[in-house]
Amino acid sequence: MKLIIAIVKPFKLDDVRNALSDIGVQGITVTEVKGFGRQKGHTELYRGAEYVVDFLPKVKVEVAVSDEMSDKAVEAITQSANTGKIGDGKIFIMNIESAIRIRTGETGSEAL
Amino acid sequence: MDGQLIELAYALDTFYFLVMGAFVMWMAAGFSMLEAGLVRSKSTVEILTKNIALYSIASIMYMLVGYNLMYPADGNGIIPAVSFFLGGDNDAADVIASGGEVYYSALSDFFFQVVFVATAMSIVSGAVAERMKLSSFLLFCVVMTGLIYPIQGYWKWGGGFLDAAGFQDFAGSGVVHLCGAAAALAGVFLLGARKGKYVNGKINAIPGANMPLATLGTFILWLGWFGFNGGSELMMSNVAEANAVALIFVNTNAAAAGGVIGALLFSKILFGKFDLSMSLNGAIGGLVSITAEPLAPTPELAAIIGAVGGILVVISIIVLDKSRIDDPVGAISAHGTCGIWGLIAVTLSNGDATLGAQLYGTIVIFAWTFIMALIFWGILKMLIGIRVSEEAEEMGVDVAECGMEAYPEFKK
Repeated sequence: MKLIIAIVKPFKLDDVRNALSDIGVQGITVTEVKGFGRQKGHTELYRGAEYVVDFLPKVKVEVAVSDEMSDKAVEAITQSANTGKIGDGKIFIMNIESAIRIRTGETGSEAL
Repeated sequence: MDGQLIELAYALDTFYFLVMGAFVMWMAAGFSMLEAGLVRSKSTVEILTKNIALYSIASIMYMLVGYNLMYPADGNGIIPAVSFFLGGDNDAADVIASGGEVYYSALSDFFFQVVFVATAMSIVSGAVAERMKLSSFLLFCVVMTGLIYPIQGYWKWGGGFLDAAGFQDFAGSGVVHLCGAAAALAGVFLLGARKGKYVNGKINAIPGANMPLATLGTFILWLGWFGFNGGSELMMSNVAEANAVALIFVNTNAAAAGGVIGALLFSKILFGKFDLSMSLNGAIGGLVSITAEPLAPTPELAAIIGAVGGILVVISIIVLDKSRIDDPVGAISAHGTCGIWGLIAVTLSNGDATLGAQLYGTIVIFAWTFIMALIFWGILKMLIGIRVSEEAEEMGVDVAECGMEAYPEFKK
């Protein structure tokens, strides 16, 4: 099992959700987050004085999938969250040691 | 005129006066929202507390002594006779006997005047926002509304030496707005800038928390200003007076609109962006600019006077920032700089005004208020301090001074 963590642009969230749904992903967890990448935020203007917004708003999507679904899920996110512009985000993939569904006690891929 | 007609005119003029006064009272809401929008969210509760408290203190102090100082029974032109508490109102028989000379209720006059004091004091609260001790501010408010404002008000509107010198100030570009701004400037001088505003020679922007609130506040002030200037005609019970009030409404609106357009275009040229907060200050700047003479100009001239005010606001805000004078809401620029411009602009349309008398009045009002304010802020600074601790400022004056947050359910 893999945990896929994707940091994407907030307005792309709906597209990402639909793309994952379409390939059969059963659930995702979403968090509003802030951060910076290589551009280190951006500047805004207030009463003639520029100021730097250090942390830009992003959405963190967490998806737990079986090993065979992993590549498809990553591809779905990559395609749906891509705008071709700076700040499209990143995807991180981790191994999941175990998973348990709380209601039934099922474990492993059955619990996803 | 027969008695019934005189009574009817009296009732109409009093009604108009009271409604105009209520409009001006509503400006307190405008200042509250404008200031709450232009400070950071951690200073919201404190600035709202300040605004409702200053309005209330002004109401009480002016009732106890301020009104009597400003409109004394006796005085030598400089020092008014001191008396306390409001008097009674006019008797119907006296009103009829006066043949229309007495045309509004004495208490309606007090009501209209008291809301002006509160306006002057509101100007101060925005400029010293986010770092002044609430207790010191409120103590200053007592002196400002009970003494400093009424004395200079007496010099002009109470028939004192500025009035005798031919100084013209219809609704208070000087008496109200410049006075408030001068007191604010003195406070900011002794108080210093907000922490982090000017660091190592660099000006840091501290964006306001809520632009919709600031915009709402500006519209409320704009509405209230129809009372401020329109009510200052004092009468509307005949064709000439009714037309005058209508012209004042039109001019006031045109000046505000001119101020917005002036500031909007000027900020676009200067910064490359349409700056909302500057445009809001532009509206106030335009309104302040027309307040000294909203009756004599044509509506076209009023719009130009306002537009110049809107441009001056932007220049003034930049110059003050470069001079390290931290005014979070632009009050000193909108009310002070435009107040002076408004007093000078009287000479463009009012044949009775001379540049000399206007400058004389400007200097006297500014010097009196600034020096008196400096003295009282200085005394407060020595006795109890006027600035919150560095820790309190970082935490926010809401929690430090008022013990609560404006939006407790939103956690960062």
